[in-house]
Amino acid sequence: MNFYAIRAIYINELGRTWRTLFQSIASPVISTALYFVVFGSAIGSRMQAIDGVAYGAFIVPGLILLTVLTESVSNASFGIYLPRFIGTIYELLSAPISALEVLVGFVGAAATKSVILGLIIFGTARLFVPFEVAHPVLAFGYLVLISMTFALFGFILGLWADGFEKLQIIPLMVISPLTFLGGTFYSIDMLPGVWRQVALFNPIVYLIEGFRWTFYGISALTPLISLGLTFGLLVLCSAVVVWIFKTGYRLRS
Amino acid sequence: MTTILAIERLSKTYDNGFAALKEVNLAIARGEIFALLGPNGAGKTTLIGIVCGLVRASAGSVTVDGFDSAADYRNARRKIGLVPQELSTNQFESVMEALRFSRGLFGKAPDPAHLERVLRDLSLWDKRDQRIGALSGGMKRRVLIAKALAHEPEILFLDEPTAGVDVELRRDMWEMVRRLRDKGVTIILTTHYIEEAEDMADRIGVIDKGELMLVEEKRALMRRLGQIHVTIGLTQKLDAVPAALCDLNIDLAPDGMALTYTQKGEDCDDRLAALLKILVSQGIEFCSVNSQRSSLEDIFIDLVGRRR
Repeated sequence: MNFYAIRAIYINELGRTWRTLFQSIASPVISTALYFVVFGSAIGSRMQAIDGVAYGAFIVPGLILLTVLTESVSNASFGIYLPRFIGTIYELLSAPISALEVLVGFVGAAATKSVILGLIIFGTARLFVPFEVAHPVLAFGYLVLISMTFALFGFILGLWADGFEKLQIIPLMVISPLTFLGGTFYSIDMLPGVWRQVALFNPIVYLIEGFRWTFYGISALTPLISLGLTFGLLVLCSAVVVWIFKTGYRLRS
Repeated sequence: MTTILAIERLSKTYDNGFAALKEVNLAIARGEIFALLGPNGAGKTTLIGIVCGLVRASAGSVTVDGFDSAADYRNARRKIGLVPQELSTNQFESVMEALRFSRGLFGKAPDPAHLERVLRDLSLWDKRDQRIGALSGGMKRRVLIAKALAHEPEILFLDEPTAGVDVELRRDMWEMVRRLRDKGVTIILTTHYIEEAEDMADRIGVIDKGELMLVEEKRALMRRLGQIHVTIGLTQKLDAVPAALCDLNIDLAPDGMALTYTQKGEDCDDRLAALLKILVSQGIEFCSVNSQRSSLEDIFIDLVGRRR
């Protein structure tokens, strides 16, 4: 195991975050704060409690994931796409490192950043609305698991993309809408019959419901199914990455 | 001479069917400077790419200091440093960050003293905290070399290191290459500036259309394929080559004011002396003797040109 290499990639990737601190951390925090002002404080004060949870508190887990999912994907994808784009990938390819080490470095850094963002947003939310977390350890563990899964997905995206459009289109056109429709701002039990069934095809519904369960012990779905699905996604993404490295797809000609 | 890099029957055919390398065999000796010459698209970069791990070989093997570059890639790659042709750098990193990253990537524990030495050798120490994006092209080239040396490689690949580099930097760079060689680093370079290869290399390989056409010690190559071209300026016009010189393969210039003489190989100085003696004994007066040795470039063009 080449630990120095993993550390080098990890530090280098987090260094990129540090250099673009405002863009990396401040902008998601500001946009989340805006959601809390609008939905949490302004509109939320006129909304009924859902399953006994005040609306302002109800949206907290979904809002955390809204940022964590998109940031995990875009950070990991950008992290591996950038060296491909500017040509510095030659160094990774010529180094004595295995695919797994590259992956741990990049995905670890992207997931770390997402977890930190999630915690910052959590702290920001706490300033706007009062709430308690029922299962803090599970909540944190689930946040880490989701961050890793989507960072892995982002890594695949960054290897597949052959232009900046493709890099942005997935977080913007897929992850973001699915998260919005995935019950960030409502419980899927509030949807009329058919739409509730449709919503069940959206994998992000399971993530948000599961994450919300760790906060308040309420969920429209079974928490174990949520956990199972997240692990399923993790395994699926890992399998794709293994295939990519085995075939050298988009990396070695 | 011990071999540090052995390339055996190496072939590469790209997905589009282009055969970039055809059964190339090459052995590089420890501590030598080897120059790989060839026209654009000859397969130089593909060859380097396979040895360094950027390109997958279609067939054949590469052994680096006894380690197979595919089966034992960790040990093989650890010994190699690569300076790529393109100026690929992360513009936002500082020089020092970039070097630390490179060293870590190759599995070496941090060693600030070594990085300082490398940076000082390349006159980059003052720029260590600058963003790479703020450096000039020549300085970026130095950064790439410094990155390749950050993990103390035993073999250094320089792919067109002096393309687009000014005269001063080019001289510095060759100075550095010589110092590295003195430390025992093996250097393999490709260059378009053939006079550089002529100046620097111990051995020369010529590659064209994916085939290694020849590998030879530079001096032997120059001796075997080089020519000496002598022009003797005359004070008086001659109408024909004097009879005494007929069997020496001498030509008379069209204006009759010079004799020209071409000799294959390098050692023809006694022949020239003999020629001059004959001229004196024949009473032919001359005012200048100009001898020109053919350069590696002439040899190269002659070799590659024959196949066109």
